[in-house]
Amino acid sequence: MTWLESIYLWNIGKGMLITIKHFFKKKATIQYPEQKRTFSQVFRGLHVLNRDEEGRERCTACGLCAVACPAEAITMEAAERQKGEENLYREEKYAAKYEINMLRCIFCGYCEEACPKDAIYLSQTFAPANYGRQGFIYKKDDLLIPDPVKDPEGYKKALGERAKA
Amino acid sequence: MADEVKLFKVTIDNITVEVPAGTTILQAARKVGGDVAPPAMCYYTPLKGSGGKCRTCLVEVAAGSTADPRPMPKLVASCRTTVMDGMVVKNITSSKVIDARNGVVEFLLINHPLDCPICDQAGECHLQDLSYENGKAGTRYEFKRRTFEKYDLGPYIQLHMTRCILCYRCVFTADQVTNKRQHGVLDRGDHSEIATYIKKSLENDFIGNVIDVCPVGALTDKTFRFKNRVWFTKPVDAHRDCTKCCGKVTLWQRGDEVLRVTTRKDQWGEIMNTEDGKTGWICNECRFEKKKTSDWVIEGPTKVSRHSVISANKYIDAIVPEETIDAVMGGRAPKLLMDIHKVSDVNDPSVDLSVIPGPATGKTFTTKSSTSN
Repeated sequence: MTWLESIYLWNIGKGMLITIKHFFKKKATIQYPEQKRTFSQVFRGLHVLNRDEEGRERCTACGLCAVACPAEAITMEAAERQKGEENLYREEKYAAKYEINMLRCIFCGYCEEACPKDAIYLSQTFAPANYGRQGFIYKKDDLLIPDPVKDPEGYKKALGERAKA
Repeated sequence: MADEVKLFKVTIDNITVEVPAGTTILQAARKVGGDVAPPAMCYYTPLKGSGGKCRTCLVEVAAGSTADPRPMPKLVASCRTTVMDGMVVKNITSSKVIDARNGVVEFLLINHPLDCPICDQAGECHLQDLSYENGKAGTRYEFKRRTFEKYDLGPYIQLHMTRCILCYRCVFTADQVTNKRQHGVLDRGDHSEIATYIKKSLENDFIGNVIDVCPVGALTDKTFRFKNRVWFTKPVDAHRDCTKCCGKVTLWQRGDEVLRVTTRKDQWGEIMNTEDGKTGWICNECRFEKKKTSDWVIEGPTKVSRHSVISANKYIDAIVPEETIDAVMGGRAPKLLMDIHKVSDVNDPSVDLSVIPGPATGKTFTTKSSTSN
């Protein structure tokens, strides 16, 4: 090895050239959370429980999502609709309790497929991080979509970009 | 021997069986078993005179008998037609039968509300099975489905007249099992409905059996109403000493709670006979009042067909792995173990659904959370 070779100047220059080249390349990263990537049309994120046009809950606690769920993440308890609750619930039976254990959920979307009432949908957001496991038991309040009558803006936002105009 | 019953050879879907004279085609086909047995919505073996109404069991008789091998001109109701020696019957091998059955199912579904997501019968409903096998997904019916005024059948039985397919099974049960008939079909045609006839409440000890014979969700158990889906409850055979009935039942449990008590049913959905050969009807006390595990002697899990949704997530002889936390932690309690009942509101141990008489309401759950907090 000659002296000129042993100081590796040429090789350092070659390496730096690669680094400099990457300055002008398109970045692989984005500035999350200010910037967000567009999801695929078939992306399956957090669940929402849908309401109908009048703002009534669509879910009737039929249990088909729970029986379809391969991870057994969904549990529910049904109750009978009483007189005076017709504006809250669409059918004579409704889910008094509805929970999805997001620690168990594998976001396969089988619940969405199974639902006969168009009540559960997988949205385009994913579950936010949390310090405790308790925070991943999503209850009905966490899952219900905002009321389209009382809160049309929140409802529209929750529908996401995929909703048909 | 004079009292020996003559055996007839019948060929059903190319399978030959020997049955005693006087057997119906349906029973002969059930002897073959499997898909060969035609479905039956109104026929019910323990009930005399049942059958012949729903027309789902229609079969083609390709040859009447050895003596007269002419085919029968029309499809016959297999539940009411007895076999002849050398009879050749086509059930699923006949396209005529399949076509006719599809038509019958379409007719049965014309007025059926299809509220299976709400109905408590879903999962063990014969009409559900039948329409799954023979029905079309769509309907050609464009008119309003028939509706009825709500009718209260007392604290135990819930009547949904819209779901009724008029099979008359409950009428026969009320006639034959209970001593006093207070129950029948009123009006004609599209208006016919099951009624208690001039607002008499059904107080007979055995009237609860109409729930079990109902092939659809028209008559359901009010004490079980909306408490759980059938396939999430665990069927267990149990018995108790009952002075009124055989006391042999199936309990439908959630954990250790008894949510529902029914008779034991065989593979055709009919009430099983007890050991002494009698039909295992059960009394109202066993069915509606004994909702504690301590009331019963448990025999073991009920055998459920592997293809039934009721068998979903139920494991017989499952090996539960041993709890290792104690051994690993040297007796200390783990710090980060999450108790699901502390977080979850569902299946709360403080809410005992089996003790409330009717369906849960919003109040059932809200009053509970205020006491536990």
